Amino acid sequence: MYSPQIILEAALNGLMTGAVYALIALGLTLIYGVLHIINFAHGALLTCAMFAVWIAWAWLGMDPYLAILPLVPLMFALGYGLQRFVVGPASHGDDGNILLVTLGLSIVLENVLLALFQSDTRTLDTDYSFQVVALGPLLLSYPRLIGLGGAVVVTGLLWLVLNRTDTGKAIRAVAKEKLGANLVGIDVPHIYAVTFGLGCACLAVAAGLLMPTFYVNPRIGGAFVLVAFTVVVLGGMGSIPGALLGGLFIGVVESLCGLFLGDSLGQIGIFLIFIAVLLVRPTGLFGAKA
Amino acid sequence: MTARDLIPIAVLAILAALLPLVVTASPVLNFLVFMLIVALGAQGWNILGGFGGQFSFGHAAFFGTGAYVTAILQLRWGINAWAGLVLATAAGAAVGWAIGFLSFRSGLRGSYFALVTLAFAEVFRILANAAPITGGAAGLLIKLDVRPANLQFDDRAVFYWLVLAFVAAVLLLTRWIQRSRFGAQLVAVRENEDAAKALGVDSLKLKLRAIALSGAVTALSGCLYAQYFLYIDANIAYGSWISVELLLAPIIGGVGTVFGPVVGALTLHGLGELAKQFAGRIPGIDLIVFGGVLVLAVAFARGGILGLLERLLGRGRGMVARGGKEVSHAGR
Repeated sequence: MYSPQIILEAALNGLMTGAVYALIALGLTLIYGVLHIINFAHGALLTCAMFAVWIAWAWLGMDPYLAILPLVPLMFALGYGLQRFVVGPASHGDDGNILLVTLGLSIVLENVLLALFQSDTRTLDTDYSFQVVALGPLLLSYPRLIGLGGAVVVTGLLWLVLNRTDTGKAIRAVAKEKLGANLVGIDVPHIYAVTFGLGCACLAVAAGLLMPTFYVNPRIGGAFVLVAFTVVVLGGMGSIPGALLGGLFIGVVESLCGLFLGDSLGQIGIFLIFIAVLLVRPTGLFGAKA
Repeated sequence: MTARDLIPIAVLAILAALLPLVVTASPVLNFLVFMLIVALGAQGWNILGGFGGQFSFGHAAFFGTGAYVTAILQLRWGINAWAGLVLATAAGAAVGWAIGFLSFRSGLRGSYFALVTLAFAEVFRILANAAPITGGAAGLLIKLDVRPANLQFDDRAVFYWLVLAFVAAVLLLTRWIQRSRFGAQLVAVRENEDAAKALGVDSLKLKLRAIALSGAVTALSGCLYAQYFLYIDANIAYGSWISVELLLAPIIGGVGTVFGPVVGALTLHGLGELAKQFAGRIPGIDLIVFGGVLVLAVAFARGGILGLLERLLGRGRGMVARGGKEVSHAGR
């Protein structure tokens, strides 16, 4: 039997991993909620952001948390450009096409990174990579605690942008009724691209928060993207609080499955939840409509 | 089916069968066999995705099942490889039916179906990577025992002919589907499921038959892969690479057409080889080409290469059916 302390620690660790899942899922769910598309390139874009953080550290000696600041506008621009000039025009507004175009993009991005960086796994080390914070009898990893805080802050910021700014209002209008939004003078392709950009900006933050404790290689995005899909489906496609709670929940499930079933089977809990949710309640726990 | 249906397939198959008499270099034959195996699996994808409009992102589930069933039957129970081939194909149909039963009955379509198939393939991959019967992460090595009775040949050309025969058989099968009531109903479901239902098509039963057939063909390709390369592990058999390959080939070649998957597989791997020749030792260069071609095909040539050819030849009567046009949200 496992002592309660080990289980509690595993659950808390999962909660902190889950926070980063939530951040990744946040971008995905935002893009889904507004554009109604499943962005298959999300994982590859995350890998790009993680490599950018690594480059900033290895070549410029920049702290990974500090690297988030310049990376957010960069990733926003990348996402904006991709939607405006590639995904949007290439897919002719068709659901199946978008899936294929983003799949093609992810293959290209992933393998360009492979060509540039080879398949080596890279890590970066900071003074605080292995620091722990004592909470009663529990020891919590300092960088992962920051990750948890960061995820909550970004969710809050995103919520503010969507609910308190004119752009946010336009995004919500487009999400609800594209044609109507167009009629009142909203530039729909622009809003689409802005949303895609915001989704990618979330990835920049996630990358910065991940790198102190994680590693990067050209294929790493694939591991996250399926988890992020699960979070999005679980939380309800397009729901921002759903993404946060779903991410935290999935993190805990993964951590506990890993504890009880061993590392190689740890992720199976995630996929079984994913399949079960899709089969039983595809609108997710927080999704209002299909 | 008429002579007009049979002749092009027969001519192409005979021409392709002559190839090993001209080319004997083993790297070339290796390339051709691999390409045909991919084409065969892609033909399986095309039955469900092309004709039925149900885009699967997880056909690795069937490919891997075919590969593992063949290997496990031989290694653990000493069952003959030819019998294994039949059983592997049946297992593919069963897995297809099971996945289809779960997802179609829940009304999953479009992107949701794509995601759920992807998840099923991942579950299989993780299980195969951990279970003792599949050899875990070390994979399975099929014992080298070169005898035709073991489905192992010392001449690569023989294996090439074998795979070619299966590809030709599935070409005929696909042509038959295209001409049959079953095929017409599948296309009706693809174009507008609700309308097809209103006309009395039992869409669930139809899609289940399509996915079982699709799974069987793709499992057959997985079985042949295992027999040719004699080694599989979870990341080969159930890896996402094969799901992607099997979906790329029909889409590039011409989705929902008889020859599309073969044309697509040939084009993609031909381009991939060319890229490798030109770019040298850059890893992943062929995949960069694959991804780029996919984006271009979706952007400019929705009917794939065959669709483009048809347009160029001015026979634009819409003979190449366009697939995947479906506004799809699940859970209705």
